[in-house]
Amino acid sequence: MLSARGLGFRFGSITALEAVDVDLWPGEVLAVVGESGSGKTTLLHVLAGRLRPDAGQVWYREPDGPRTEVHAMPLPLLRRLHRSDWGFVEQDPRQALRMDVSAGGNVGERLMAAGARHYGRIRAEAARWLAEVEIDVARIDDRPTTFSGGMLQRLQIARTLVTEPRLVFMDEPTGGLDVSVQARLLDLIRTLVRRLGIAVVLVTHDLAVARLLAARIVVMQRGRVVEDGLTDQVLDDPRHPYTQLLVSSVLAT
Amino acid sequence: MTAISVRGLGKGFTLHLQGGLRLAVLAGVSLDVAAGECVALAGPSGAGKTTLLRALYGTYRADAGAILVRHAGRMVDLAAADARTILAVRARTLGYVSQFLRVVPRVPALAIVAEAAGTDAGAEARARALLLRLAIPAALHRLAPATFSGGEQQRVNLARGFAGAHPILLLDEPTSALDAANRATVVAMVREAKAAGRAIVGIFHDETVRDAVADRVHEMRPLREAA
Repeated sequence: MLSARGLGFRFGSITALEAVDVDLWPGEVLAVVGESGSGKTTLLHVLAGRLRPDAGQVWYREPDGPRTEVHAMPLPLLRRLHRSDWGFVEQDPRQALRMDVSAGGNVGERLMAAGARHYGRIRAEAARWLAEVEIDVARIDDRPTTFSGGMLQRLQIARTLVTEPRLVFMDEPTGGLDVSVQARLLDLIRTLVRRLGIAVVLVTHDLAVARLLAARIVVMQRGRVVEDGLTDQVLDDPRHPYTQLLVSSVLAT
Repeated sequence: MTAISVRGLGKGFTLHLQGGLRLAVLAGVSLDVAAGECVALAGPSGAGKTTLLRALYGTYRADAGAILVRHAGRMVDLAAADARTILAVRARTLGYVSQFLRVVPRVPALAIVAEAAGTDAGAEARARALLLRLAIPAALHRLAPATFSGGEQQRVNLARGFAGAHPILLLDEPTSALDAANRATVVAMVREAKAAGRAIVGIFHDETVRDAVADRVHEMRPLREAA
């Protein structure tokens, strides 16, 4: 459903992406791993149409639809994709949420942007999604400023998934959270993604997160894909020196 | 009917962090397993038993040779298959019981097994029956196995592995943490699986278990000795 060929991107003299190919099938979770500066977040933004690559193309195929070049799409079309069929989960939920709008409003807003108009139904859907991400529905009218970090991230996930997107981009969704909060969030993401059959491109530096969520892994180093394969192949039989270094640097995955 | 046919399999590991040290583990391995047959991999530690088992599952990528498995009516070469094909083969054809359960936080034992048992209405009932047969009491079914004992985790792992009813089942020391009664249960389950036409390849360090389930022993030797 998403396929990229020969992606290149430079920040001045720094090469962030070089000759990167990616393929993603419906319902598949693909993890992009690598350390800071490996180009994984740049790749995520290029795939999502947020950053225009210096070289290469990204194509998106709608169900039974034609293949469209993401960076050649008219902007309104790309915005429409991002409002409902696609989702983007930021590492910092404050970047995606409106902190001065209630929790229910944050979820309902995306439904309205996708075309929903009936207030009662929007509120009911928002309440249902708060429950899905284990936020007490009694908090529906509270502002996110009163929420903990883990709750904010769960609220962002509710806001993203309320339109039942086909494809979600996630940038270190568990980064910066306590371990116990991470476990709960990971389980939640895993359950929802499986149940709804959502395809995910997941950027993470945490191999345990990749192991838990992803069927396939791409390993990036200095803007290039140095290894890719099934998650167990890459983590249990790493071939590239850099992948071996990553795998040997963690205690247990 | 041949379920697995391995031809000329070679596998080694290059340890880049140790000066590019090259470890050859498997060379020229050939093995055939028929439906309804259980083959035990045997040999001393370092002979490559686990390496072969993981190569059969597609986790260890082969350097040479072919790993043909009967999947959806034809033979598929896992050594040459792409990621999606391997996933499809694992979903329908190839089951694997690892030595240790990789625990997912917060997922209850019953859900772990039911997920493997299928998506039909009877999946949960079959999962429950399997857990009970492996002496995991009902009170534990709703709990995540993180706090279970090693033996209990291994039995949850076995229940998950057998629940999928895959035509080919790979078992990596499935009884290492079990008492005599549970070992006997596993022996009975393997025999039933064979009777149902499933092909089984396993590593069984317990010789009583091995003798009770294996039709054939595939002897392996460390490469340096063999050479």
